[in-house]
Amino acid sequence: MKLSHIFGIIVIAIAIAIIVSTAGDASSYVTFTQAAQMAKDGNDDMIHVVGKLKKDAAGQIEGLFYQPEMDPNHFEFTLVDNDNRVQKVVYNAPKPQDFDRSEQVVVIGSMQDDHFQCNKILLKCPSKYQDGKLETTEHEAKTAKL
Amino acid sequence: MIHTTVGNIGHFFVILSFVTALVSTIAYLLVALSQRKADSAPVEFERAERLEYAEVTSAGAGRTSIPVSSKRPRTDKKTPSGKAAVAGKAGEPRNDWRMLARWAFYVHGVAVVGIVGALFYIVSNHYFEYHYAWSYSSKALPAEYIISSFWHGQEGSFLLWIFWNAVLGVILINTNRKWEAPMMMVFALVQAFLASMILGVVFGDTLKIGSSPFLLLREAMPDAPIFATDPLFVPEDGKGMNPLLQNYWMVIHPPTLFLGFALTLVPFAYCMAGLWRNQPLEWIRPALPWTLLGAMILGVGIMMGGYWAYETLNFGGYWNWDPVENAVYVPWLIMVAALHTMLIAKRSSTGLKTAIILTIAQFILILYSTFLTRSGILGNASVHSFTDLGLSGQLLVYLFAFIILSVFLAARKWKLIPSDEQETSVYTKEFWLFIGATVLCLAGFQVIATTSIPVYNSILESFGKVSNLALPVDQIAHYNKFQIWFFAIIALLSGIGQYMWWRKVENRNWNALVTPAILTLLISAGLIAFGEVRNPVYMALLVASVFAIVANGTILLGVIRGNYRLSGGAVAHIGMALMLIGVLFSSGYSRVISLNNSGILISRSEDFTKNDNKENKENVLLWLNQSERMDQYQLTYRGQRIEARDVPGYFPRSWVQLIEGDFHGIALRDIDVNGKVYHKKGDTLALFPENIFYEVEYREPSGKIFTLYPRLQVNERMGVVLSPDISRKVGRDLYTYVATAPDPTAEDQWDKTETYSVALKDTFFLNDYVAILDDVVRTNDVDGTELGPNDAAVKAQVRVLDKNGEHILSPAFIIKDRLVGRRAETNEELGLRIQLNEIDPRTGKFTFAVNRKQRDYIVLKAFEKPLINVLWIGTFILVIGFLMATVRRYREFSKMRNKGMA
Repeated sequence: MKLSHIFGIIVIAIAIAIIVSTAGDASSYVTFTQAAQMAKDGNDDMIHVVGKLKKDAAGQIEGLFYQPEMDPNHFEFTLVDNDNRVQKVVYNAPKPQDFDRSEQVVVIGSMQDDHFQCNKILLKCPSKYQDGKLETTEHEAKTAKL
Repeated sequence: MIHTTVGNIGHFFVILSFVTALVSTIAYLLVALSQRKADSAPVEFERAERLEYAEVTSAGAGRTSIPVSSKRPRTDKKTPSGKAAVAGKAGEPRNDWRMLARWAFYVHGVAVVGIVGALFYIVSNHYFEYHYAWSYSSKALPAEYIISSFWHGQEGSFLLWIFWNAVLGVILINTNRKWEAPMMMVFALVQAFLASMILGVVFGDTLKIGSSPFLLLREAMPDAPIFATDPLFVPEDGKGMNPLLQNYWMVIHPPTLFLGFALTLVPFAYCMAGLWRNQPLEWIRPALPWTLLGAMILGVGIMMGGYWAYETLNFGGYWNWDPVENAVYVPWLIMVAALHTMLIAKRSSTGLKTAIILTIAQFILILYSTFLTRSGILGNASVHSFTDLGLSGQLLVYLFAFIILSVFLAARKWKLIPSDEQETSVYTKEFWLFIGATVLCLAGFQVIATTSIPVYNSILESFGKVSNLALPVDQIAHYNKFQIWFFAIIALLSGIGQYMWWRKVENRNWNALVTPAILTLLISAGLIAFGEVRNPVYMALLVASVFAIVANGTILLGVIRGNYRLSGGAVAHIGMALMLIGVLFSSGYSRVISLNNSGILISRSEDFTKNDNKENKENVLLWLNQSERMDQYQLTYRGQRIEARDVPGYFPRSWVQLIEGDFHGIALRDIDVNGKVYHKKGDTLALFPENIFYEVEYREPSGKIFTLYPRLQVNERMGVVLSPDISRKVGRDLYTYVATAPDPTAEDQWDKTETYSVALKDTFFLNDYVAILDDVVRTNDVDGTELGPNDAAVKAQVRVLDKNGEHILSPAFIIKDRLVGRRAETNEELGLRIQLNEIDPRTGKFTFAVNRKQRDYIVLKAFEKPLINVLWIGTFILVIGFLMATVRRYREFSKMRNKGMA
């Protein structure tokens, strides 16, 4: 076998490894029900759930719990997903500052027992500048590491 | 009043620039067509040139010339040799076309400068009747940032790109002789596409070509009710620039990055011209210096963005693998790979083929990245992509037009590239450089494969399928697990490749590499032991980087003795290796020091005590003026500060009263900083009202004190943005930011009043504190009240104990002109307001009214980033290396050009 053939095979192998790993690492958008099912099946992959904050009749947000004087790293809220399932979400980091304003929340994490444990929050807040447009901000619980 | 003239002039220039770009394209096409007819024949000329060319192979490397026969394009045989004689003169009759093309491009350049000028005039004169000025600037914007509001919007950044392209085009017309027509044809075509992006023409109801920066507000939002009542309405002020971008890096980062974008066009245009002219190798010489310069500028632009993120955003680093970052990182990798293959193209046809493919790819990838970031396709995936201006279709046309044109041209001319006669040996530089380029490409492929996930969803959706793929949850881990290895290999190859390049390894003898290898192992062992590197992956990267430094350093020492001009490659490689070491330590060994070890981990949640939550306890709570221990430091939060435009440093927020909806404030007291009074009480002063700085005092074990001012920005566009403050030391940075704080814009919320009646020396409980009424004394000094001879005043002295010591609160009780006055005292640290309400002489009891409020606090996060300066130093060295290589290759090109051969 010629050197170039070996080389070509190695390159193709790495490329396949990259594609497989991308497919393996890629997360997906699911609902809370699907997330609960995944957790039940022992699949602890992190997933994305899109939802809205639960609001009462007066438009007040319900189910927020954050007491920094007790624990600055514990924040709980209630999210309603696209199938209208209501779910308690726990975020072990300070409450994102613009949380109350958000129209749409994407939580990234996994179901744990009675709640959804989330590591990362994407908030879509209404833009004051472009009507009907939303702006995204990102919040993460853990420190980024190499 | 609406100033329509300047907008009309601007729009005229936009159209002019578009038309002239088209004219120039067509005229250059005609010149190129006629040239090719003439050029395709000269067999003798070609041969002579090839011989010459082969003789001056890269300096220092051997002078073996290429066998002419194997390299000669096959077309030579087909062309009738009779035409050869016409070659020299064929260009002459077409000179008028050339003049037209050239002048069209010059006029295009002038028009672009005109557009820039008109837009700048609008923004700097605050013509808020224009959508662009209204959207991105305001009267509050400091003058130095007017320039950056220019590229705040999408149209402006396209304009910046067009501007650089025009500048480069004019330079290229004047610096090369043979390549002008076919190359400038590509240039002008790109310019036509780009100019169409800001054309702003609407056909019918649906077809929109470009988005003009010269739209009046009433044209941009015709449905706004105000224009129905008052068509001549001009807003008083603009919405202003995103304050996050009001940063010096944002003044220089976009122009640098877009110059990098523009420079990717130069090698692409040369490559197209080379293929067009049936000279698939010769384009490389003139293209090489520009590729080097482009890789340098694009790299610097990327690093500037990283540095801005490090200083401004709070994710704790300079690189977050955000799709927007990836979108420029990949073309840069491919550009670097392309330039390495250009170096071997002369002797290896595989190298030449790869060079052509990669040169095309790096330009196409820039277009693809433009599409990714500006079409809105990233949507949820990225925080800072542009919103969709409705140009995604146009961007796709642009992207596919160039893919099709370049692939078609390359495919047609592919047969011109001869095959290698024998397989490349492992003992040649060609082999090693090619592997290096391949690894760079694989690194780029890995990043783009993942970054494009939203694109796969869109493609599947357009076929009616539902796809719910999302980007990896832990993107950093996902990318790093590949990139670390790729870069470890690249570092190794950079060392081996240099040895091959300079012919140190010959006759299958690897001995030359033994010394650097031993040296590497010794140094790495020391670093691993000293730096406590335990992770085997990090060890691998560290060893590879050290090897790159040692090997390239050895080569550098050797080369410098001969001709320092040739050492650009070695210098650049050393810079890259240093960057890798800086990244490795600053990211891999970043250490959180704000661990919440106060013991107060009480929470209602059950899972709170679980182990995996421990790592989330990375924030500490600091109450105002109550010091806490954190790592080796004693930390104290000293209060909220604000910055004025003409006062150095920061001063307490309570010193000024902000004026609602304005950037001015009124001084509530004399504003003195470091003993100098900048404003008297009652003065109006210009502030940066959106920024609040939290003064955090760090006391080191030695007693030395330094202060950091992490920032909270009430950003109307993005909610609240938290920015760090960084204490820079030689070995490490201390990075600190406020994770959360009570809403600084909210009014104080006082609880309902509670009253206490106590006698002197009584102890009572205020809130959670023990308080003692020590004394009530007569006083003549009550701040703000003039006491006459018949007036009287007393002050109570209430001592309040908290865990850090005691506070004396002295509310006053005044009788003035037979009226009772009470002066309450507020203590922010305790969150208490106390007022002496009544004095009962019969019982000797004093009645106090007390209110409580939330005490001021911040939740702080801090970590150390070791050796981050090595990253910045490495970047700097990399730039020097690239510059040296650029200068060298440009001199080679100009020498050849002056001989009439390039």
